[in-house]
Amino acid sequence: MWAWLLRRIGQIIPTLIILSFMIFGLQQLMPGDPALILAGEERGDPLVLQQIREELKLDRPIVEQYLYWVGNVVQGDFGFSWRIRMPVTDLILQKLPVTIQLATMSFLIAIVIGVPLGILSAVKRDTPTDWAANGVALFGISTPNFWLGIMMILLFSVELGWLPPSGYVPLWEDPVQSLATTIMPAFVLGTGVASVLMRHTRAAMLTALSQDYIRTARAKGVSEKSVIRRHALRNALIPVVTLGTIEFGRLLAGAVLTEQIFTIPGFGKLVVDAVFNRDYPVVQGVVLATALIFVLLSLIADILYMAINPRLRQA
Amino acid sequence: MIRKTLAMGLVALAALSTAPAAQAQNIRIGLREDPDILDPTLARTFVGRIVFAGLCDKLFDINDKLEIVPQLATGYRWEDPQSLLITLRQGVKFHDGDPMTAESVVYSLNRHLTMQGSFRRGEINSMTAVEVVDPQTVRIRLREPFAPFVSQLTDRAGMIVSPRAAEAAGRNFGNRPVCAGPMRFVERVAQDRIVLERFPEYWDASRIHLNRVTYLPIPDNTVRLANLQSGSLEMVQTIEPDDLRQVNRNSRLRVSVSDELGYQGITINIGNGARAQTPMGQNPRVREAFELAIDRAAINQVVYEGQYTPTAQAVPPSNPFHARSIQPEARNVARARQLLAEAGVRTPVPVEMTVPNNPDLRQVAEVIQAMVREAGFELRINAMEFASSLQAATRGDFETYLLAWSGRADPDGNTWTFIHTQGPQNDGKYSNPEVDRLLNEARVETDAAKRLALYERMWQISLRQDRHRIYLWHRKNIVGHSTRLTGFVPVPDGLIRLQGLRFN
Repeated sequence: MWAWLLRRIGQIIPTLIILSFMIFGLQQLMPGDPALILAGEERGDPLVLQQIREELKLDRPIVEQYLYWVGNVVQGDFGFSWRIRMPVTDLILQKLPVTIQLATMSFLIAIVIGVPLGILSAVKRDTPTDWAANGVALFGISTPNFWLGIMMILLFSVELGWLPPSGYVPLWEDPVQSLATTIMPAFVLGTGVASVLMRHTRAAMLTALSQDYIRTARAKGVSEKSVIRRHALRNALIPVVTLGTIEFGRLLAGAVLTEQIFTIPGFGKLVVDAVFNRDYPVVQGVVLATALIFVLLSLIADILYMAINPRLRQA
Repeated sequence: MIRKTLAMGLVALAALSTAPAAQAQNIRIGLREDPDILDPTLARTFVGRIVFAGLCDKLFDINDKLEIVPQLATGYRWEDPQSLLITLRQGVKFHDGDPMTAESVVYSLNRHLTMQGSFRRGEINSMTAVEVVDPQTVRIRLREPFAPFVSQLTDRAGMIVSPRAAEAAGRNFGNRPVCAGPMRFVERVAQDRIVLERFPEYWDASRIHLNRVTYLPIPDNTVRLANLQSGSLEMVQTIEPDDLRQVNRNSRLRVSVSDELGYQGITINIGNGARAQTPMGQNPRVREAFELAIDRAAINQVVYEGQYTPTAQAVPPSNPFHARSIQPEARNVARARQLLAEAGVRTPVPVEMTVPNNPDLRQVAEVIQAMVREAGFELRINAMEFASSLQAATRGDFETYLLAWSGRADPDGNTWTFIHTQGPQNDGKYSNPEVDRLLNEARVETDAAKRLALYERMWQISLRQDRHRIYLWHRKNIVGHSTRLTGFVPVPDGLIRLQGLRFN
């Protein structure tokens, strides 16, 4: 068990090294000279452009730029944003709580809607309840976030005046206002994930319910409630947990469109704006941090399997 | 039941969330994007200038008639065409409490000129020295006469920073700027907000009624407007022309519309590399035909609800240097066809147009495509992300380029850089020695009437004869605000000056 865990953690390091190559390499493929883009309308002075290239080491060979970046990252220095000159570490730390809050709220909404709906629809298979639940899921999957977001803003903010249309207030500053600003984006994100969870819970439950041990349990006279909860659900949950952690990871990577619409200053908005402004250090820092989150989440998922399924522990 | 609980919950949240702002003269202003670094020397974006209007005063300002008015300076006098005396206002304090002196002005101007990566360098590099004459006066020496110099000091190049704070912070000054404007810096959360608060020791404090200003970047037009409509913002920097009707119907909102300083136009690649070797690039008659096929008023009507001002030159009508003789020609497809026949080119003439990938500009390009087809052009639209399109233009990797310029108060800022052979933003590499001579003369001519005549002749050659570029229209600054807010004076530069603003 411990050897497995150590091996599993050991795998993270080469993964991150390969990732750093990819992040740096892919970025070089982006068209546009960062110095020119940084200058924008003020691109008139060639001398100034040259000074910027020198300062940002853009005039150096790519390998040298890469080693310089990695060398600093290893020491915990992600550099500073070229556009606003704030340290990338500060930016990441500033945005991380926002994204974690939004992801957690969305994920809770997704679980509360998706899992029970999936169970219900599997248990009541081929009944109007099942069809209705599937209809809801289809709506959730196929509605674009930006459309749902704008519609919610128009209804709840402009027409009814119940919620602020956009922006963000940190939880520790004003919890009520914080919930008011995040409930709409969390709902938009959560419903999308809920639909995916619902479909997978349903499929997993159907598989579980058709197993022999379920028939045995029922034959023994175990109550239906107990059959579903203790026998079917527990087995059905394994693939759902895997999917759940992946979806949660995706939420943590930042919800680009939703954050743009609701002007939530999270990871997604940070990285998108940085790409458009060719703010390389921010792009690199955020992508690397996101990758790290993903790697850690998949580690957690593996540990959770062990907790849920005792058979895996012997392997 | 669930719905009822949900609705009640939302109402409870709403009651708590809309409760504050019992209007203590605090304003929230929506911006189109997040400003870049808040250091007047290193800053580049237009939205950044809106924040600077609250944060950093300048030696001079411009008013709604585009006249130069004193701000931190009280006046100026040319000793000779290469020596400018500026008298300074007394009793001005920086946000850190230090007084503004002639030394601070010398320090700030030198910082703009010499700091590595300074975007102000190009604006004031005709300056060879700046010196203290006495505690109230500085002298600026120029390499050669340069009429627009004072005008350069009405924007970021004229902003005076606290030398003590600037020395201490170095290149990170923009994270905590210390200037002499009406508001001082409180905090910035990137992509979320910039907060300023009233500076009690401001030299012109009697005209400042606001206590707190929060700038919120909200890139989505619909969402920005929704914030204004729902009362989450008191003011927005821009409203799109197609939203204007909706805002006008709302009795709690007011819009203020003014002409911009810049223009929208089509840059044509005439001499920048291999891609200039096209009928459009090589033959003025083909370019004339292209221009005659375009109906500016119709595009303006279709895409911008008729809000913009069709034009044929770079200088808007509100500017005293607008050349009245240069007006857009009426669409004339027959004449355009005839010109193509005279030019001896095979129709349809293929033309590619690079278009920054915005919905309205794509729409403009599509209308132009339909219009020029009738005259015998086959227009191919190449929609490109803005940053990539800028680089393509600089490299000469374009045939025509639909590009806007935010504009400067002095006509030199809208012409020389783009038209002169040495102009750093002359992407099409148009070059005509006579035009260069006229542009250079206009730079040193201080008599307004003579200067206007020089520009008029320059346009006759560069546009009517050479057809080097097609100017389309001047856009509008459309600022929206709550009717409770009074005292807003629109200036063509589109900035939001805080002087006089107050809530009733």
